[in-house]
Amino acid sequence: MWEEELWNKTLKAALVIQNWYRRYRARLRARQHYALAIFQSVEYADEQGQMQLSDFFSFMLENYAKTPKEDSALVSRLFENTMRENRDRQEYVGLIDVPDSYDGPRLQFPLTFTDIDLLLHAFKQQQTLHAHYVIEVLFEARKVLKQMPNFTHIKTSPSKEITICGDLHGKLDDLLLIFYKNGLPSENNPYVFNGDFVDRGNNSMEILMILLVSFLVYPTDLHLNRGNHEDFMMNLRYGFTKEILHKYKLHGRKILQILEEVYTWLPIGTIIDNEILVIHGGISESTDLNTLHKIQRNKMRSVLMPPMSINREYDVNIKKNKTGSSIATPGKAESDNFPSEQLTKHEWEQIIDLLWSDPRGRKGCYPNTSRGGGCYFGPDVTSKILNKNQLKMLIRSHECKPDGYEICHDGKVITVFSASNYYEEGSNRGAYIRLSYGSTPKFFQYQVTSTSCLSPLHQRVNTMEFNAFRILKERMLSRKTDLTNAFQLRDYSRSGRISLAQWAFSMESILGLNLPWRSLSSHLVNIDHDGNVDYMSSFEDVHIEKPVKEMKSSLIETLYRYRSDLKIIFNVIDTDHSGLISMDEFRTMWKLFNTHYNVHIDDSQIDELASIMDFNKDGSIDFNEFLKAFYVVHKYEKPESRPDQDKQKLPPASLKTADPKLQS
Amino acid sequence: MAEEKEREGTEVIVAEYHKKIKDAFEVFDHETNNTVDVREIGTIIRSLGCCPTEGELHDFIAEVEEEEPTGYIRYEKFLPVMTKALLERKYRPIAEDVLLRAFEVLDPAKRGILTKEELVKYMTEEGEPFSQEEMEEMLSAAIDPESNAINYRDYITMMVIDEN
Repeated sequence: MWEEELWNKTLKAALVIQNWYRRYRARLRARQHYALAIFQSVEYADEQGQMQLSDFFSFMLENYAKTPKEDSALVSRLFENTMRENRDRQEYVGLIDVPDSYDGPRLQFPLTFTDIDLLLHAFKQQQTLHAHYVIEVLFEARKVLKQMPNFTHIKTSPSKEITICGDLHGKLDDLLLIFYKNGLPSENNPYVFNGDFVDRGNNSMEILMILLVSFLVYPTDLHLNRGNHEDFMMNLRYGFTKEILHKYKLHGRKILQILEEVYTWLPIGTIIDNEILVIHGGISESTDLNTLHKIQRNKMRSVLMPPMSINREYDVNIKKNKTGSSIATPGKAESDNFPSEQLTKHEWEQIIDLLWSDPRGRKGCYPNTSRGGGCYFGPDVTSKILNKNQLKMLIRSHECKPDGYEICHDGKVITVFSASNYYEEGSNRGAYIRLSYGSTPKFFQYQVTSTSCLSPLHQRVNTMEFNAFRILKERMLSRKTDLTNAFQLRDYSRSGRISLAQWAFSMESILGLNLPWRSLSSHLVNIDHDGNVDYMSSFEDVHIEKPVKEMKSSLIETLYRYRSDLKIIFNVIDTDHSGLISMDEFRTMWKLFNTHYNVHIDDSQIDELASIMDFNKDGSIDFNEFLKAFYVVHKYEKPESRPDQDKQKLPPASLKTADPKLQS
Repeated sequence: MAEEKEREGTEVIVAEYHKKIKDAFEVFDHETNNTVDVREIGTIIRSLGCCPTEGELHDFIAEVEEEEPTGYIRYEKFLPVMTKALLERKYRPIAEDVLLRAFEVLDPAKRGILTKEELVKYMTEEGEPFSQEEMEEMLSAAIDPESNAINYRDYITMMVIDEN
């Protein structure tokens, strides 16, 4: 009897502990998901802001009335290809010498697999490839890519499987891990890299060089698809431009110029065994592969540069003259307007859709409001487009997934994402796919880590959460005025408090982020025992650092909020890539910006701003220096707890292979 | 009058519960089509503050599943059952002192610790056994590598702080 009682007690005790632990673990996982949701929604909102810039550019061009000289420089910057065909590589490569003291990798043209090994070895040692070789590789790549069709056709066989990798985003460790586990590219080990090789991570240049060199050595076995980040304007905002200018102080600008063009020659997609379409983003209900095969893809320079008609009057006349008589097809009429260097609107949208769209469960095709470009496509759209083109499956990337891959639309759409820890250490796994004709796809997952074993779950979640909320708070700060107005509108008694429901509603409508605000509230704001929110408490421990004391806080907030956009705009105006713009250019641009974005800064403040920014009093503004000065100070931040950007990378260690998990 | 006020009060509470449940559900609704994978239901319920046993969880799932199980749970079926659970305060979480006593039952010699082997044995052989993944995760945070044992008081304190 006594023994049975003891056994009972033990059983109950074990149950209590297990029950409690399962709840604890579930809470951790939920917090992890919340943090991921924050990272993702902020990322997409940024992309959306990016897309809206293109509206500003059209507006700017319509209103930027200057001397013909300046006007044409700006127009050509925005419209035409700046690379003249006859610009010889000698002009570039010949001008750059490799000094004897350089101890980095030296490539030999024509490239062979030895050069691939050389690069991998050097990059593991954290060496940088000399600008001379970078430019040579870019020129060589341009030459070969130009000859390729918009879509590469590949055939596999049971003995020749192909590996498909998704976004890498400058994470060199992930690429090295893939090569380590899956083997280097070769005739018997073909690869498709599905876009987004660059931006965000610290080694975009190294990844790009490895991929381009491998492509040049194995042009029929290593396939590169263009992603939405293979776009010089995206690079301005998301880090690659900064990386290049930092690593290549002398020749960075030259590299950027050639890179701009190399991107446009990257193929749009790959078709495997006439069954599987591999593209970076997705599709839309109007995706037309016939059109896409024929497009001159190199005219797609940037997502921020949609085709614009120069002659507006002609447009108006077309509308007026629409009678019952035969109307020219939209494509044709528009192309009469456009300079020959541009795509038609229809063609341009076709490419945008392929590079920016996301699959969703809801049927139909809707504008992708999170990102501001491409669309959301449902399972019916997938079926329609696949059937129309006698295809069986779509493999795409573009979205970070916790497990590195995800299958949806009844098994017809696979997302593969190869940058592990994309948002944060422990945020997600990376994955790649191995395919061959007639067998189900095999998935391989991994997670790079800088320590020899993964830190415990609660530590990883804490770090993720910390960073996610930091980003969110900075976002709130950039909209402080609008948020304060929204809160005060609901605070009838002027008590400084509103209900949780009112707070959540205001946050969502002002920030435009679809997040579980109630669940996040305790991290963002003080809540009293009645459940009411002290809405200004969010702003107590953060402020934007003022570059100059006399600046008004509303101006500071505006500059902080739009700093990424402003950086891009300045770069575009700076047609000679000098890093400087004139005071006049600045004033004009700022006035336009003011009007278009509907910010309320009056002329006197602009003049004041211009003179403040002219540090040297020489009539020109170094905008990079100026924008660097805007950053957020977090009052209670401990320096050790901030993520270390220049972390020494140790060899990757953690790798798990998945069982084939394809749902039919 | 008092009854009316009470009903109004309940309505407000229910409305707030609905919003909370919707928030928690949506975070796991990857395809934004108002369904979640059935394997995430436990996580969602627990993130809302409830502490069902595995057995209670199975019963809950049976109530919200489709007649022909699809592997997915729809929001329309989840919401009423979850709201009821919150209103009735079902599946109350375990208090700290109960948890401590449970550890003490497993440690009759009152050493203040459990060895790794003992913890593994109890957690994987008794009650509603842990999966390998659950066991590994608990060990990674709980075990002191030097002594190869868990000091359960410290462990509980650390977890409670983390929660708050």
